[in-house]
Amino acid sequence: MSGSRGIIAAAGYVPYRRLQRGDIAKFFGSGGGKGTRAVASYDEDTTTMGVEAARLALRSTSATPDAVLFATADPAYLEKTNANTIHAALRLDANLGAFDMGGAVRSGIGALAYALRSNHNALVVASDKRSGLPTSVDESASGDAAAAILVGEGEGVIAELIGGATRTEEFIDRWRTPGDARPRQWEERFGEVQYLALSSVAWVEALKSADISAEQVDLTIVTGPHARAVKAVAGKLGVSKVADDLTMVVGQSGTAHAGLLLANALEHAAPNQIIALIQICDGCDIMLFRTTAAIAGYQPARTVAAQIEHTADLAYGKFLSWRDQVRIEPPRRPEPNRISASISARTHDYKYGFVGSQDASSGAAHLPPQRVSRDGGHVDEMSPLPMSDIGGTIATFTIDRIAYSPSPPIAFAVVDFDNGARLPVELCDLDTSTLAMGDRIEMTFRKLFTADGIHNYFWKARPLRG
Amino acid sequence: MGSHGIKDRVAIISMGCTPFGEHWNKGADDLMIESTNEAFANVGLTKNDIDAYWLGTAMSGMSGLTLSRPLQLVGKPVTHVINHCATGSEALRNAAYAVASGAYDTAMAVGVEKVKDSGYQGLVGASHAPTDGTNRTLTAAAMFAMCAPAYGKRYGVSDAEMREVLAHIAQKNHYNGARNSRAQFRKEISTETICNAPLMAGGLGVYDCSGVADGSASAIICRAEDAHKYTDKPLYVKALSFIAGDCSGNADPSYDYTSFPEIYMAGQDAYKQAGITNPREQLAMAEVHDCFTPAELLIMEDLGFAERGDAWKQVMDGTFDLVGDLPINPDGGLKSFGHPVGASGLRMMFEAWLQLRGEAPPERTIQHADRGLALTHNLGGYPGEMVSFVGIYGNELG
Repeated sequence: MSGSRGIIAAAGYVPYRRLQRGDIAKFFGSGGGKGTRAVASYDEDTTTMGVEAARLALRSTSATPDAVLFATADPAYLEKTNANTIHAALRLDANLGAFDMGGAVRSGIGALAYALRSNHNALVVASDKRSGLPTSVDESASGDAAAAILVGEGEGVIAELIGGATRTEEFIDRWRTPGDARPRQWEERFGEVQYLALSSVAWVEALKSADISAEQVDLTIVTGPHARAVKAVAGKLGVSKVADDLTMVVGQSGTAHAGLLLANALEHAAPNQIIALIQICDGCDIMLFRTTAAIAGYQPARTVAAQIEHTADLAYGKFLSWRDQVRIEPPRRPEPNRISASISARTHDYKYGFVGSQDASSGAAHLPPQRVSRDGGHVDEMSPLPMSDIGGTIATFTIDRIAYSPSPPIAFAVVDFDNGARLPVELCDLDTSTLAMGDRIEMTFRKLFTADGIHNYFWKARPLRG
Repeated sequence: MGSHGIKDRVAIISMGCTPFGEHWNKGADDLMIESTNEAFANVGLTKNDIDAYWLGTAMSGMSGLTLSRPLQLVGKPVTHVINHCATGSEALRNAAYAVASGAYDTAMAVGVEKVKDSGYQGLVGASHAPTDGTNRTLTAAAMFAMCAPAYGKRYGVSDAEMREVLAHIAQKNHYNGARNSRAQFRKEISTETICNAPLMAGGLGVYDCSGVADGSASAIICRAEDAHKYTDKPLYVKALSFIAGDCSGNADPSYDYTSFPEIYMAGQDAYKQAGITNPREQLAMAEVHDCFTPAELLIMEDLGFAERGDAWKQVMDGTFDLVGDLPINPDGGLKSFGHPVGASGLRMMFEAWLQLRGEAPPERTIQHADRGLALTHNLGGYPGEMVSFVGIYGNELG
């Protein structure tokens, strides 16, 4: 197999909050376990997490995608394409395709495999929000995360695809019907036997396709929702080093997990290392990569390790309310109305891309964008001012205990951006007790609320960490 | 070009004001009938004697029919005005210009708001215009809460000192309201209770926020030269100023939330119209828009009642108390009256009407009514993006 195509950039996104698994047993007397799991904030869904992973991936390269593929087992919308929202938040050109590969956990690694075999510089985004009923293994062992991988060819490739194999087999291991929050699983031993058989065949085939032996593989990633099978398969590969699968700190993030682990591996890899990526889920998918000399100069925008380091615990009660497992008393204020499709289309660049406007002559920045300058009064002499990657400082802030929020109270700050723009904007991922004027923030793409089934996506500010 | 005002060309010849409060048994129609009938009766006029009407309401109606139907006005022009929390004042300002222009001999400004039928505490947004969902969702309380730490930082006022200053403002307004039969809240509140109240937004507790009430107030105006046909004690309009800000404060990093430029500009314009050079010494009283206690603090400086950075000391010194040198909100303010949006501006003018005519009850009569000038003020919107009204009235010509 040709080694000319491969990975140009890869990034993982792990949300800020962690649930201590031990808190589940403390509450219910059962469930839980050791370690932590990552928890998407109440204002995050698989689309917003995918946007964050994609932003990190694109910030670490000068290359640009020519297609967006989005995979998740927990889509924010059915019928409507979620990849379009990611495409809009990334301010990509309208002549790029954006497609969902939704539904199954396997769709994430499938999107990556086919992107690598295509002739596209595709941005593969995989994202998942995982849960189960309280005290279930799925609730505690799974985690929320996203990954984004830009594939392509040429000098920018940091890991080239040198081989792989796939095995597909129809059998009932895990399943979930649309609308049901609870995944279910057949008796574990059945799946374990199936996956062991599938993976042993695929592994031999994959090594053969790259003309290497198992001993030559420097790092092997094995993942899949079936934890017991993952462990069994990893033990039978004959490899020297199996990667930490982050299940103790992040949890198993389903559709996103293979990409998350691959991004994490590449962030630690040296040139000329062979990395095997194996996912067992409704079959077995294996990809073999060899890192290139370019990886020595690869600068991740934010590593998975940094996101694992900078976290804060979430009370189990909050977790349950964020997952709609319990309903808490909302503020006694009217709930918001659904957003207008036509207005959102007109303000598309601001709403989704966070693009302001800048007066060409006075330089005055405007958020939201204006046609008439606040400094000099020039009309229609504005140029677009992309703001999503501009840092800012909190000029002043307030905690609002009476405004409507899906998770009150709301924290708001007047943010002065480094390029001279200002916006009063909602804060997220923060501990209000430590908030101070002068704190540094970065912008993050979030879901403000949902009304009439329409998600209202916009940007919030969060404290800069790591 | 210029803002010249209409000093001494229009007079207020009668006013009416309902009690403000939770009128579960009265609708906007009832409230308007009561405030207008009080104004008619005081001066012996009927609805047919009024040539034109201006109705201020922000959320209780969408047209002049909101007034013409309950009053059964026949063949009369009724103009509906809405301008945020200055809506009531705007009804009077526009009616006054119509009379000053010679278009009408008499006009009536009516303000009303029926707030308590929404089922929610606090004001519920009047606008149901569709949006793209990027607009801020935080409350006015939260926006004004940001002014307190900003002011403290700029002028070296500690959080504890600022808490005392804001508590004094709230305590003072409740003290005044306790002496007003029309007020929603008629109880004195101690600074200790104010400081220990549950937090609403930022450092603001429940007593730092104005109440929520229904109410209506009305004024009848005519040309100044005709005023004495109707009353021996008219109030002459000295100045009416209104500024709609460019909303740049929330886009411009140079804005620091320690002043309200729109209010400063409206004040300067009004003082010029009225020929006032030293408002602190020439005014007998002022009714200002104390929607939240930090707002009243900043307004003291924007209207020139205190030097920049000095208002907090003046507050603590009692300058603005009922017995102080320049009483602020002698009727109890929004703190005691709540804020029925369309009615508040006219309710403030009603207090000026009573005080300058010597008709306020003894327990809240101000000591310098002889100065003969009173100011009323509204703001609407938020720090950084607001409208502001300033009106000045006097009990003598010239």
